[in-house]
Amino acid sequence: MKLGVLFSGGKDSIFACWKAMQQEEVVCLITVVSKNPESYMFHTPNIRLAALQAEAAELPLVEVETAGEKEEELLDLKRALLAAREQYGIEGVVTGAILSIYQAARVQRVCRELDLWCFNPLWNADQEAYMEELIDAGFKVVIAGVFSCPFDASWLGREIDRRTLDELREIARKYRVTLTGEGGELETFVVDAPFFAQRIAIEEASKTYRNYNGVLRIERAGLVAK
Amino acid sequence: MILLIDLCYREDSLSRDEFVGPVERLLRRSGAPFFTRHYTAVGAPELEAADAVILCGTALMDTGYTEHPELFRWLLSFERPVLGISSGMRALAAAFGAGTEPCCEIGMADVEVLAPDPLFDGQEGFPAYQLHEYAVQVPDTFVSLAASDQCVQAIRHRSLPLYGFLFHPEARNEWILERFLGLVTPVTGRSG
Repeated sequence: MKLGVLFSGGKDSIFACWKAMQQEEVVCLITVVSKNPESYMFHTPNIRLAALQAEAAELPLVEVETAGEKEEELLDLKRALLAAREQYGIEGVVTGAILSIYQAARVQRVCRELDLWCFNPLWNADQEAYMEELIDAGFKVVIAGVFSCPFDASWLGREIDRRTLDELREIARKYRVTLTGEGGELETFVVDAPFFAQRIAIEEASKTYRNYNGVLRIERAGLVAK
Repeated sequence: MILLIDLCYREDSLSRDEFVGPVERLLRRSGAPFFTRHYTAVGAPELEAADAVILCGTALMDTGYTEHPELFRWLLSFERPVLGISSGMRALAAAFGAGTEPCCEIGMADVEVLAPDPLFDGQEGFPAYQLHEYAVQVPDTFVSLAASDQCVQAIRHRSLPLYGFLFHPEARNEWILERFLGLVTPVTGRSG
């Protein structure tokens, strides 16, 4: 089955893509770029770098812009999926949804309208097992946004390795945060994945941080051989 | 031993982690022994070994299992606890001769309990995760236990512990699955 992956550049969508590749044929990545930083569905700090990640994965990228108004976003999503179907013949869509019924249900509805299959391989995943598998499989993931106590500015740009995962585990236990950041506590950016032909090198990045809200903005990045 | 049946479009499909995986994790956490088989690989040995059966859901577009009603006829004589979830409810109702009607619900919806049953004891209603395009007609030998404002959400056989839920209890309502596990009697305690 030809599939398009709804792609934010963060760990969940890229991991879901990897899962999909093991079962079906992923023919393109699909990104909805929101101009609204408050977007419920699509905002992520380094979404513009999805093109570089797509290049690293040697997959075409279907990119659609949205103003990010709550329900208008769904029309933009529909437009993106239609474009992916027209250009690459997708028969289904893959998402990295784990717990958010809000996001998952909206994508399911749009897929239904378009007669597309919808796959959520991380749905209700065991968060501990998922994070372990992410690291074991060789994904290199950096923290690109923090939006919750107790994350300070030092978390921005950190790679999620075993040591970081241990600390996250401790934080998840003490505070009301999810281990995966699915509750919106963390945003991530993937610099390498098992299926990337090249990896991403972050050459220049800036941090903005205030009151447990911070973003790592990647100003310049390139592809390097693995 | 609980037999978990995967109704997805093929064995080890991309949908497995979404519809079978969450139920497997719950059974593991509850310490309930289980084994999983694709619906095309369920035969007499599997059924004989099963103290109970859970039929898992599928993706909205995934209706391949409806093309093989002969693979679900064993439900008519199984008599031990069965829980059909969403597509599993459709397979259960179809085995007992009931059809479907269009009813699309995606996302959370309120479910109201209509009739007393041990699985819903103490609950008047609860919000539940829905992912279906069709509702099932209630077979003659079943009663309706719960409904949303759109359609029947839960059914039970009049004299056997055979249940069908249209909603997905493995997302947000794990307590109902845990209660279902309470109905299961291990094979050693079964007569015959």
